[in-house]
Amino acid sequence: MPDTTKLIENLVEKYGKKRESLLPILKGIIEEERYLSEDRMLEVAKALDISGAEVYGTASFYSFLDLKPRGKHIIRVCKTIVCDMKGKNEVLKTIKDCLGINVGETTSDGTFTLLQTNCIGQCDHAPAMLIDGEVYNELNAEKVRNIIKEYKLNRQN
Amino acid sequence: MITLTINNTQVEVPEGTTILEAAKKIGVEIPTLCHHEDLCVAGNCRVCVVEIKGRPRLEASCATPAENGMEVFTHSAKVRNARNVITQLLLSEHAEECTLCYKNGNCELQNLAEEYYHDDEMFIDLAHEKEHHIDKSTALRYDPSKCIRCQRCVRTCAEIQGVNALSAAFKGKDMMITTFMEKTFGEVVCTNCGQCVVHCPTGALTERTYYDEIWEAIEDPDKHVVVNTAPSVRVALGEPFGLEPGTIVTGQMAAALRRLGFDSVLDTDFAADLTIIEEGNEFIQRLKKKFVDGEDVALPMITSCSPGWVKFIEHMYPDLLDHLSSCKSPQQMFGALAKTYYAEKKGIDPEKIVSVSIMPCTAKKFEANRPEMKSSGYQDIDAGLTTRELAKMIKQAGIDLTKLPEEDFDSIMGESSGAGVIFGATGGVMEAALRTVYEIITGREVPFRHLDIQPVRGLDGVKEATIKFENCKPEYSFLEGAEVKVAVAHGLRNARKIMDQIKEGKSPYLFVEIMACPGGCIGGGGQPIPTNDEIRMKRIEAIYREDAGKPIRKSHENPEIKQVYEEFLKEPLGEKSHKLLHTHYSKRNRY
Amino acid sequence: MASQVKRADIIFAPYSEYPYKILGEALKKSPDDIIDALIKSGLRGRGGAGFPTGLKWKFAKKAQGDEKYVVCNADEGEPGTFKDRDILVKVPRKMLSGMGICAHVTGATKGFIYLRAEYDYLKDALQKEIDFFHQHCEKYGLDFHVEIKSGAGAYVVGEETALLNSAEGKRGEPRNKPPFPVTEGFLNKPTVVNNVETFVNAMMVCRIGAEEFAKYGMRGQKGSKLFSIAGDTPKPGVYELELGLTVEELVNEFGDGNTKAVQVGGVSGFCVPSAKFKEKTIGFPGKDDVNYIPTGGSIMLFNHTRSMYHVLENYLEFFEEESCGQCTPCRVGTQQLLKGIKAIKKGKKDPAYLDTLYKLAETMKITSKCGLGQSVANSFCSIVDEFKEEIIY
Repeated sequence: MPDTTKLIENLVEKYGKKRESLLPILKGIIEEERYLSEDRMLEVAKALDISGAEVYGTASFYSFLDLKPRGKHIIRVCKTIVCDMKGKNEVLKTIKDCLGINVGETTSDGTFTLLQTNCIGQCDHAPAMLIDGEVYNELNAEKVRNIIKEYKLNRQN
Repeated sequence: MITLTINNTQVEVPEGTTILEAAKKIGVEIPTLCHHEDLCVAGNCRVCVVEIKGRPRLEASCATPAENGMEVFTHSAKVRNARNVITQLLLSEHAEECTLCYKNGNCELQNLAEEYYHDDEMFIDLAHEKEHHIDKSTALRYDPSKCIRCQRCVRTCAEIQGVNALSAAFKGKDMMITTFMEKTFGEVVCTNCGQCVVHCPTGALTERTYYDEIWEAIEDPDKHVVVNTAPSVRVALGEPFGLEPGTIVTGQMAAALRRLGFDSVLDTDFAADLTIIEEGNEFIQRLKKKFVDGEDVALPMITSCSPGWVKFIEHMYPDLLDHLSSCKSPQQMFGALAKTYYAEKKGIDPEKIVSVSIMPCTAKKFEANRPEMKSSGYQDIDAGLTTRELAKMIKQAGIDLTKLPEEDFDSIMGESSGAGVIFGATGGVMEAALRTVYEIITGREVPFRHLDIQPVRGLDGVKEATIKFENCKPEYSFLEGAEVKVAVAHGLRNARKIMDQIKEGKSPYLFVEIMACPGGCIGGGGQPIPTNDEIRMKRIEAIYREDAGKPIRKSHENPEIKQVYEEFLKEPLGEKSHKLLHTHYSKRNRY
Repeated sequence: MASQVKRADIIFAPYSEYPYKILGEALKKSPDDIIDALIKSGLRGRGGAGFPTGLKWKFAKKAQGDEKYVVCNADEGEPGTFKDRDILVKVPRKMLSGMGICAHVTGATKGFIYLRAEYDYLKDALQKEIDFFHQHCEKYGLDFHVEIKSGAGAYVVGEETALLNSAEGKRGEPRNKPPFPVTEGFLNKPTVVNNVETFVNAMMVCRIGAEEFAKYGMRGQKGSKLFSIAGDTPKPGVYELELGLTVEELVNEFGDGNTKAVQVGGVSGFCVPSAKFKEKTIGFPGKDDVNYIPTGGSIMLFNHTRSMYHVLENYLEFFEEESCGQCTPCRVGTQQLLKGIKAIKKGKKDPAYLDTLYKLAETMKITSKCGLGQSVANSFCSIVDEFKEEIIY
């Protein structure tokens, strides 16, 4: 896979070979591939000359560095107290119904992964969620359905 | 200096002293788990918390520096209550199966639980909730359900060995200690050195035990079970029987092995002497190739007795494997001869021989199982047991080691010189080699008082010595006046220093000894627990006492060595030697 | 009823002057004068811990080091807090001015903003602001370079030493203190770590002067503070209020008329029941003053329709996931507290088990390695104290 090796090369060039570069490089891989595969982590270990265990131990600490294959769009619904009070369950249920998946699962076409996350700092506009880092707040069932629809229609590529 | 009071007793300590150290000074024992004198401070387990007057919170005494005027209370009601809660928390996530545990009776958590006994479970059991996968690799065994996340193993692997095969992973309730992608030790950069085992306070990390198989072989009348014991075992085996570290139990050990039912009780030290003959000649040959024949030979030559070190270089410096001596380790030389030379001499079918070695080492288990270690036509060494496993077998047989008479090793392959004995301490292989090499080249004894090459002894991480060759024999005239620089490193992080120099082409050395474990084999991953620098020093001193007391101090003077060359091997580096005593190495993945 | 809270307008007040004018002026003042002004202003860290800002900068100035760092903690992860988000969006120049002034005071030449992963969407705009800021640094002759370091999803990284580890590319585990970051921080160099709002306030002290700044605040508290108000309130949002107001005053202004309890300081803060609204004041406590509650500004209101058991369960689920896991009391304690209240609720454990859990929480408070584990007891004990019936039955 020459083009993906290039990905690591480019990231290392951009951020450097120091240990401090580990998180930016891992985030860069996530941006392209949505998760950190075993091969990618080994390539990073090689590039930074640290052990695979260190890469794995560090990556697994952070919730946004996924270690399992994820869909093209990752939905993270906030589950912390204010969003929970303001209708998080309805949001989740709507997404589950729309996509036919449970939390932690990916749609069979690989488009969406549904996850929950801790407080995303949108409590004044709860309930809220992130899709690929973009914020969607003041959600209700209808709004959620429209967002999902919009993603299905317009963000296929 | 700083003055403080601990439990109302005044104590004066230098600046930078921790409260834990200050307390120790006046005989106050604060319990610890994540603390180990070999390692940097973690402050994770919180078992060592103490009360400091004026501070609402308790502080971890291992991580808190003593300050002037501090009033510390190490066992106040507040401290005891907190320590009790913390102990019960640890027990709730630790699979309490003491009676099923290899470390039963030698477990720091068990000791703490004994001190803070609680008549019922205080908290909900968490250990049996998760599914735990037990890693049983060739050399090591890891049971995560017994892990208390103190990270001593992680720090050991990083700070002492520079390998980083282990890391904490995930966070919160999912936090665990594991390898890359939770693979088995066999699949990752692990060197099998077992230092994590020596530093684990519980039964989470242990060696993979094989004594049940050995018992079976001993009791099988068709099998001829041969045992060989490494140099460092005889200065440590007494510890599990309550003897002071540094007690020499060579004779009692031979007696115990005989009582266990081994058919022949032999000595790895014999093979150590043999290693010196082969390796010493290999070194001289390399020098000759380089300086006389102008060949491109890898120098410095580096010793290859330590299987943890060998696997380390295979992983970390695969391009520098040429520097490794092609000599097998004493264990494997012994194994190759046991099923050829020994079998021949004794008239025993080698197929019926079970060859067992008692080692201070966990990596020896892996080494014995390397596919290339079958030069006798059979697996040369059938099993490598640790010092700890042997102690267990002796106890299982109801033998009190301390009450046994001193007995000798059997013959053949039971005789050794002092040079073979000192293999067990860091610097020992170098010293033994120089005693022989110098004599081959000059015809005279190595120019150190009592043959003791002091510069390569002791616990400094990297040691150096320079030997000047003068008045060489005519065939070695190319070495006339040469000042040969040698180095000794122990602990793989120290090995890295030497290797990085070689990698950059800046190494001033011609010959290097490297041992994977701090202190050399006496501090090996298979030795009695605990191990710390004080204990390492005592074992080292015992090794040199044993050497000093030997009538023969040089490998080439060992009569059984002379005999094996005369009757079987013919000459060093000869055809038979190459087939049986030398090996090759493989590049491995670095990450 | 007339509003009892005193609004302040320091932080979001629009600039009337040229951008970075105040920074330029501050750079002409001596570091010691700025430190004195900060100390006199009474400004304390706005992240929640409340360490006096002037002192922190003074220590960092004194610390020996060939390189020093200024770090802005924008890892705003405390549930119920979102005020730093608004600063980053609305007045990033004030924050950057504060960082520049700090660099001038301490002698730091490098800095970074640690931005939580959840705020990645703010990154591009913030980077533009940093570029603009660098132009002014150059203009004023200030040798100071700021970059953004992105988080990757970990609440505990809000703790300053965990933040430093994370910025170094490691697991975000808190370090032992001492040493403190002012002497051994990022890459073991002297480092000032301050909250986003603190930098804005430090800049404002330079702008309006210590005396003017200290005029804000009631009941002995100094300055104004941003509050993130959420939960059962008709008007959630970010509000700048003078410090020292009582919970009652806050509820009168922001409550929905049916307020049952207020969580001050996020899940790591305290839960105040309606009976105590009057006596609890928001601000930094003096010695042994239990009636003052310090906060990073998270205010969550709960009305009578809410089950406090459910609230506590949600908090504990948060903690058992977000503990870094390195120290025993926090890693195991958070799991035990959650399992414990569930077991009591289901009748699998005796109600008396709550006393054991209470004792556990108190032990966590005094033995945990960092503020996360130490503060779990704040919410646990304050909820159990006041709503015991709800927790058990």
